[in-house]
Amino acid sequence: MNLKLKIWRQKNANDKGKMVDYPISDVSPDMSFLEMLDVLNNQLIENGESPIAFDHDCREGICGMCSLYINGEAHGPDRGVTTCQLHMRKFKDGDTIYIEPFRAKAFPIIKDLVVDRGAFDRIQQSGGFVSVNTSGNTQDANSIPIPKADADLAFDAATCIGCGACVASCKNSSAMLFVSAKVSQFALLPQGKVEARDRVLNMVNQMDAEGFGNCTNTGACEVECPKGISLDNIARMNREFGKAILNGREK
Amino acid sequence: MATLDSKIPAGPLADKWVNYKNNIDLVNPANKRLIDVIVVGTGLAGGSAAATLAELGYNVKAFCFQDSPRRAHSIAAQGGINAAKNYQGDGDSTFRLFYDTVKGGDYRSREANVYRLAEVSANIIDQCVAQGVPFAREYGGLLDNRSFGGVLVSRTFYAKGQTGQQLLLGAYSAMNRQIGRGKIKMYNRHEMMDVVVVDGKARGIIARNLVTGEIERHSAHAVVLGTGGYGNVFFLSTNAMGSNVSAAWKAHKRGSYFANPCFTQIHPTCIPVSGELQAKLTLMSESLRNDGRIWVPKKKEDVEAIRAKKLKPTQIAEENRDYYLERRYPAFGNLVPRDVASRAAKERCDAGYGVNATGEAVYLDFAAAITRYGKETAHIRGLNEEDTVLVQKLGKEVIANKYGNLFQMYEKIVDQNPYETPMMIYPAVHYTMGGLWVDYNLMTTVPGLYAIGEANFSDHGANRLGASALMQGLADGYFVLPYTIGDYLSSDIRTGAIPTDSPEFDSAEKEVTERLNFFVNNNGSHSVDHFHRRLGKIMWDKCGMARNTEDLKSAIIEIKALREEFWKDVKVPGSTDEYNEELAKAGRVADFIELGELFAKDALERNESCGGHFREESQTEDGEAARDDANYTFVSSWEFTGVPSEAKLHKEALVYENIELKTRSYK
Repeated sequence: MNLKLKIWRQKNANDKGKMVDYPISDVSPDMSFLEMLDVLNNQLIENGESPIAFDHDCREGICGMCSLYINGEAHGPDRGVTTCQLHMRKFKDGDTIYIEPFRAKAFPIIKDLVVDRGAFDRIQQSGGFVSVNTSGNTQDANSIPIPKADADLAFDAATCIGCGACVASCKNSSAMLFVSAKVSQFALLPQGKVEARDRVLNMVNQMDAEGFGNCTNTGACEVECPKGISLDNIARMNREFGKAILNGREK
Repeated sequence: MATLDSKIPAGPLADKWVNYKNNIDLVNPANKRLIDVIVVGTGLAGGSAAATLAELGYNVKAFCFQDSPRRAHSIAAQGGINAAKNYQGDGDSTFRLFYDTVKGGDYRSREANVYRLAEVSANIIDQCVAQGVPFAREYGGLLDNRSFGGVLVSRTFYAKGQTGQQLLLGAYSAMNRQIGRGKIKMYNRHEMMDVVVVDGKARGIIARNLVTGEIERHSAHAVVLGTGGYGNVFFLSTNAMGSNVSAAWKAHKRGSYFANPCFTQIHPTCIPVSGELQAKLTLMSESLRNDGRIWVPKKKEDVEAIRAKKLKPTQIAEENRDYYLERRYPAFGNLVPRDVASRAAKERCDAGYGVNATGEAVYLDFAAAITRYGKETAHIRGLNEEDTVLVQKLGKEVIANKYGNLFQMYEKIVDQNPYETPMMIYPAVHYTMGGLWVDYNLMTTVPGLYAIGEANFSDHGANRLGASALMQGLADGYFVLPYTIGDYLSSDIRTGAIPTDSPEFDSAEKEVTERLNFFVNNNGSHSVDHFHRRLGKIMWDKCGMARNTEDLKSAIIEIKALREEFWKDVKVPGSTDEYNEELAKAGRVADFIELGELFAKDALERNESCGGHFREESQTEDGEAARDDANYTFVSSWEFTGVPSEAKLHKEALVYENIELKTRSYK
């Protein structure tokens, strides 16, 4: 296949940035999208040009490092995949492909297609944990049976890879899907219930402080989420948040 | 020159760890606040160690090259984590887990370390459940288990095909709690460039901020490397793109011995290579071998028809299929250990029975399992077990529930539906059992420099059993290192903060800066990847699943030549003071090339077959690996002397007091 790539180039955080055209030929449909960019980069390097910076690591859809906004969709046109799992067979010979970074105020651009998602870490640091020391001197793992349905729902929420596609897809740049996934995982498990109140308040406060927008129930996040995290989690977080406010006690 | 003292405590095997813990020196809580520890790497080992050390009260600085500690490559582990809980009542015990692990490692690991690993394994599960890790459960609400290769019990805990992710997020959450408290200072997008040794002790690191390119000095009373394995020396592997040997290699060049570098795990169930420009290989979890049956056609004409796309695998009759693992290894069948399964696949493909265009693939077939589960479900629900459409539907639901994400991953990459047609798989480099030599305390031969998880060598011998890497990473980080490091640090309570303006820091930083400047000014003609691919090809062809004297000797020569060419001709764009991924890669590949040379040397010196290390000269009549216990029951521990392949060999004799060395048989 021969393709016309239009790629966002931005030297650093202070640079204005612009779209640049890169034609590429002989792309195999069995290549992954990032392998296609590897080939382009190799050509750029050997021609003495600056390669395109993009985040990636595991290349099997689990580390959450890769991003990219491809033809107006986070992780591109396929569903249930990250960019590294997207294959060129989803495109046709002669296509023009627009490649941009995940754009949100809370995700400042570092270079080209690389953004800073440190806000996600800070939200997790504000409460995304169970306060238990790692001594190993806890009770036996089977001492609290957990209904399979709850464990499965908690697992589904916990599969979030923290890539930020939800934020990039949302017209409000909301991080509600991301935050609600962690809140839900713990709210559904007995181990997480003890601190449920403080957790949801702290994480939502930090989310707001980072400059993410609000949720207006558009649902784009759920559609673009590579792990299929459900909007139900946002409903659950709102319920947890409401409960926390109503059950307010002095901190 | 350091001496090899494994510091294994005296006394009966089962009491060693408890007695040792009771007698080592501790640091009191007030003094812990005066002590700094650097942890490099935030995977299961590094992440759990950083969290635990911070909880204990030490000041921790943690480093990762990714944009968040949650992205370390432990996240990609799929199948599960072993623990001797015996929840299934199938006869499991600490001793049995210990025994399976030593046997699985083909009797090339250290008894005392492995026993300790088995001993603390049960705590890991308790700990993770307390942290809110959502393991798979049965309808009664208790934890579920499955089986992995090389064992006859079900001791593997799992979270669908994403166990590594859930365990790492557990460790990450424990870290987050400490980062929030200010006890861990986290450095994302930072790469360790060198270890700084002052007066013979590891006292800090030189790091590079990968966003700004700034070189930083960080001091501490001890340095812990949880920096993973070096499978990417083969270029194509299941490791993440960024996984590298550099931290371990820098430690090696600063005096840490490198142990058993040639012990590499080639995993039998990976998606086969598709094209020349492929950047990485994808694993299909070993857990699939619980339900998948591995086969190739019995007849050559069927193989040719399949390759020509004139025949589909589903059209080949049962009697014309060769379920070669079930045929050769009736006792363990499809659940033989990884090294055995990989070699068997290579044997069939080399004999001309490989089923894809490249001739390097075998089938992993779920049809029988789908029918079996479908009938079982129909029976439970009182439905018609003879209704094949219904049985297929129900069976596929069960399989989807167990392995759904793996099947989806396969379909996205290969563009075939594994519910309808067998998967195609082939072995690929996955894990490295070798690593920095450590004593019982997990300290390398440089005092104050520790190596944990895949970065060290100690627990898996010549072959790692499935679901044991996660166990070892968390055991080292949560339950072993936090104790043993206290014994060392107890002598540092009056030392005070380590200054970063010493001549040792000056010279280490200078070396780092010079090397970076060299790369960007070199003006060669080929990209870093060009050299990395060529290194990978030498490694795979000559140091891969089967090795021999002649190939290994020529590998050393070729790698040396490649090293020279790399330094002359590598082209790195951009500058040192910016985000520059090519520059980071250049440093990593330079180290991989040096490691590759030592790797080949180690493989050459070990003239026996054991575990994943198969020497063609040393095999039984039916092609099984033949160990040479009389001459090779030792750890090969290499001291750097200037040229990688001229490293000096030190042998740590392996003593087996509790297990009899036997020929490993899975027949």
